[in-house]
Amino acid sequence: MKWLSDEKLNRLRTVVSQPDFSATKYTFVKELGRGGMGAVYLAEDPELDRLVAIKVLNTPEITEDLRNRMVREAQIIARLEHPGIVPVHDVGTLPDGRIYYAMKYVRGSRLDEYAAQSASLRDRLRKFQAVCDAVAFAHAHGVIHRDLKPQNIMIGSFGEVLVLDWGIAKIRDDPRASAAYQTNDGAVIGTQNYMSPEQARGQIDQVDERSDIYALGAVLYFLLNDQPKISKAAHAICSKAMASAKEDRYATASELSDDTGRLLDAEPVSAYRESAFERVSRWVSKNRFLVLLVLAYLLMRIFLIFTSRR
Amino acid sequence: MIDPDTDIGGPLHKFPATNHSAIINARSDDRLVRRRAFDTILASYWKPAYKYVRLKWHADNEDAKDLTQGFFASAFEKNYFATYDARKASFQTFLRTCLDGFVANERKAGQRLKRGGDIDHYQLDFAAAEDELAAHASASLSPEDYFHREWVRWMFTLAVDAFRQRCEESGRIVHFQLFERYDLIDDEVSYASLAKEFGLEPATVNNYLAAARRDFRRIVLEKLREITATDEEFRIEARSLLGVDPQ
Repeated sequence: MKWLSDEKLNRLRTVVSQPDFSATKYTFVKELGRGGMGAVYLAEDPELDRLVAIKVLNTPEITEDLRNRMVREAQIIARLEHPGIVPVHDVGTLPDGRIYYAMKYVRGSRLDEYAAQSASLRDRLRKFQAVCDAVAFAHAHGVIHRDLKPQNIMIGSFGEVLVLDWGIAKIRDDPRASAAYQTNDGAVIGTQNYMSPEQARGQIDQVDERSDIYALGAVLYFLLNDQPKISKAAHAICSKAMASAKEDRYATASELSDDTGRLLDAEPVSAYRESAFERVSRWVSKNRFLVLLVLAYLLMRIFLIFTSRR
Repeated sequence: MIDPDTDIGGPLHKFPATNHSAIINARSDDRLVRRRAFDTILASYWKPAYKYVRLKWHADNEDAKDLTQGFFASAFEKNYFATYDARKASFQTFLRTCLDGFVANERKAGQRLKRGGDIDHYQLDFAAAEDELAAHASASLSPEDYFHREWVRWMFTLAVDAFRQRCEESGRIVHFQLFERYDLIDDEVSYASLAKEFGLEPATVNNYLAAARRDFRRIVLEKLREITATDEEFRIEARSLLGVDPQ
């Protein structure tokens, strides 16, 4: 028996952990990242001469029925054509039974990395609005993401926003939509800090668009968290999106997007009832130039009145 | 704090039942079943155990040989492994703790063991273990980490050997040779040069290598399955060994 050096051992471990793409048209390039649900690899599509990102799902107890359902759901997701949704090119099964999705390879930064690059509050809110719009589009087509988080949102090289990882999405109103990763005994899926209470409790039948709204609220909270001064209106938007009871949240992602837009435009948001003083303060803050102009005019008048009397 | 990892699980999560576990069979009342299970455990752990005794207990090679032989003989006779509880620790940790206890007791008794007579004496290649130790002893790792690393190394060594044997038996020695050349010996070699060397098409090299890796991975997981007691332990060890969830 030959002794294995550290170098050979590490090489073997890497080799063994790589997915086997031999039965697909893709060629393995390198690993891009890894999470609890699976790993993402960079691969080459030699037919079209392009790079793709391939997510290989770690699925315990995969059955033929579950596999078929996942493939069908991937097909539905693949039909979501929106500039904010990463296109799925292909779906299939590896020789070891694991499901994979081939997606567009997006070059850029993840939302958490983007935020860490000290993006301004306005930029963050604009990106967040774009995420809401993409999610609203998916909801309108009956698709619930179920795993929204900064790590699943990419900011492309030209500032475009793309929501990734629709691998565990649920198709609403589908009688067979127990969906990928739902097990008969109510397993929990998602990411802890971004998971709605109903999702965390494993109540799969209770998961709907408003579960994604909760996750969006958590993403907004993440984006605001390191900002020095956050308005009460911004806090209120987060709180409403992340309300424990589903019925207290925004009904749609579009409503959340609209409220974010109002916040950007310094207009009253639906999530927060302002006092008269706050309303005036906001108005003054929004119309600072006009207020300064009026004040200057008034001061001038007072000065003129005062000097004419003398 | 933010945990970015998506997860799957839950209080009622189930995994397939464990089969072919030597750890479970080590509890058998049937001495023959127990013997077979014990041989599997011995084969998987004797070398890391020997090196660990040398390193942690500063035993000379003769002493370490006797202690290793003595530990495994005693473990079989007194059925140590039957008391293993997977809820408390991994089997690897349990075995190491038992080994520490055994060596501590032997040292306390001030005995220099000379095994023989009615005690089993296993045919183990201590000379090879000693050579490896001399050439690659690690000062930077704790004894516990060293034990784990050597166990991982030993598992892969056994898997490579088993893979070679299977390839020979099934007439697929080219698969093994390609695997050996590309994944074990030379990281500079290309598919094209291997194709030329073996008289194959590059696509065939690709397919053979993929199949070889798949088979090798299966063997590693089979070996791991043999020496883990529960599915949870199996998954944890597989993640630690391969960095992936076994399917």
